[in-house]
Amino acid sequence: MLIDLENVNKSFDKQKVLNNINLTIDAGQIIGLIGPSGAGKTTLIKTALGMEKADSGVTEVMGTPMPNRKILGKIGYMAQSDALYDNLTAKENLEFFGQLKGLKKQEIASEITRVAGITALTAHLNKRVSLFSGGMKRRLSLALALLGQPKLLVLDEPTVGIDPALRKTIWEELKKLRDKGCGILVTTHVMDEAEQVDQVVMLMGTIIAQDSPAKLKEKYQVKSIEEVFLQAESEVLNNENAGN
Amino acid sequence: MRTLAISKRIGKELLRDKRTMALVLLAPILIMWLMSVIFSANSETSATIGTVGVSSSITKKLDKVDNVTVKRYQTKSRAKKALKHYHLDAVIIKTGSNKYHLYYANIDYAKTALTKQGFQQALSKQQIAQIKSKITNLSKAINQINQTLPAGHKLQIKKSKSSSKTKITNTYEYGNKDTGFFNKIAPIFIGFFIFFFVFLISGIGLLNERSSGTLERVLATPVRRSEIVAGYMISYGVLAIIQTLIIVATSVWLLDIEIVGSLWLILLIAIVLSAVALSLGIFISTFASSEFQMVQFVPIVLMPQIFFSGIVPLDALPSWCTPLSQIMPLTYAARAMEDVTLKGAGFNEIAGNLGILLIFLAIFTVLNVVGLKQYRKV
Repeated sequence: MLIDLENVNKSFDKQKVLNNINLTIDAGQIIGLIGPSGAGKTTLIKTALGMEKADSGVTEVMGTPMPNRKILGKIGYMAQSDALYDNLTAKENLEFFGQLKGLKKQEIASEITRVAGITALTAHLNKRVSLFSGGMKRRLSLALALLGQPKLLVLDEPTVGIDPALRKTIWEELKKLRDKGCGILVTTHVMDEAEQVDQVVMLMGTIIAQDSPAKLKEKYQVKSIEEVFLQAESEVLNNENAGN
Repeated sequence: MRTLAISKRIGKELLRDKRTMALVLLAPILIMWLMSVIFSANSETSATIGTVGVSSSITKKLDKVDNVTVKRYQTKSRAKKALKHYHLDAVIIKTGSNKYHLYYANIDYAKTALTKQGFQQALSKQQIAQIKSKITNLSKAINQINQTLPAGHKLQIKKSKSSSKTKITNTYEYGNKDTGFFNKIAPIFIGFFIFFFVFLISGIGLLNERSSGTLERVLATPVRRSEIVAGYMISYGVLAIIQTLIIVATSVWLLDIEIVGSLWLILLIAIVLSAVALSLGIFISTFASSEFQMVQFVPIVLMPQIFFSGIVPLDALPSWCTPLSQIMPLTYAARAMEDVTLKGAGFNEIAGNLGILLIFLAIFTVLNVVGLKQYRKV
């Protein structure tokens, strides 16, 4: 098990953001986390990474209770914001984060070539990030997460602002990584991306549905994940109103 | 290793930010030069005084006082009119025997003071002249009396050795006769520049990392929180050394300021001070949510430090200022800088002040390392 969350609760200033979350991610699996804004997707990711500490429950990554600093070297994390050093070139950004991850010098060079290839940035490696387009920044951000071939990838909205053709290649690449045994947790707003994952997790403070896309569509008797999402959401809201 | 990667990255970013670099390295030269021009300017005040009914001997003596010009007026009203129109800085009117009434424009307090002082001087000179003439008269009278006295009973006046001019030789322990106020404040300003730039640039640097999310991303790697703080310290320490060298070179060669003590000690103080400024900058940046808010801390954190760090001698200030100055890091750096540049103090003599700076450093560094927990819980 790469990520294991059991009965995780988290509140900010009395406002409950995560309510009794149970989620496991295994190797060779892509899990798609979907939910409206403010559903707690980012909080869930940050708790799993140990950047936030759960109020109660079990949070483990690769069998180690989180927060844990060393385990972070084995996780590829891509944040929602691009978070790049604009005054440095793409290559310098990659080198810097490679060093922070603790890669060796030769490793860094070969890894840069590899991840630049995946994200189609090879031609732009020596350009400053300030000259990059939004899509290129997003790709570089993804490239940073892929450094060091981590066993676990945590990607917060990885394909925002990336054009469809490249989005397709990135998803193909993610699937390749999965087939090699990598576990991937990805949040997304794009519903047709949610169709490509192995398991969809719908989050609204608590997990309201979790299954493979095909099974979810069957269960709700609809044709797309988008409709599943809308139905599940309205059910939750109706229940809440009934409860009140 | 990670520490070095961080400091190298900050260094690269700084080097590419040409404007900031120019500001950090050239602005101190410009400001030091401007200050030396201002503070070594001819600051002598002069005053024009109108007199009404003042005896000509006093008027002459007043006129001889340095920087004082006297105009005689016939009537009170004309003199006062000139004062009203600011043609005069003061008017002296004799209102009776040994009674004078002085009117001041009092726009420039220095001119008022000069008038008071100059008039006193003229009056006492007048008195001395009167005493002198009295003594002359007295000795004449004695001579006349002596002629009437029989020999052997004559009054004798011991002649003092002629009042030959007193000779004064000046020897200066520090500097020379041209050493002025600027020499005293120059060491304080070396400290201030380092503090100012390192505080502001590092604070804004870390603030940018917070708001752009790079700090969070860095903390999503196995880096230690202390390695981040140390990385910052190394790069800004190097910046402070370069800046100190430039400022010291400017002071010595361009502004002709004598540095009695060792340059190494000045560099040492600069490094320690920059580390304090850095840790304070990073700490304060926690409370700012934008660069604009960071700049707002300048009048609160930096300005009081200039005023209370020794530019105005502390013993001349009200007693509540003393504890205030004691909580300001720049006070201790300024003292150490002064001791080295002006008095040629050695390491042992500045060790106390350096020690206090290190305490400041330790406190803020611990706060910073703990403060980064906001972004990652380990």
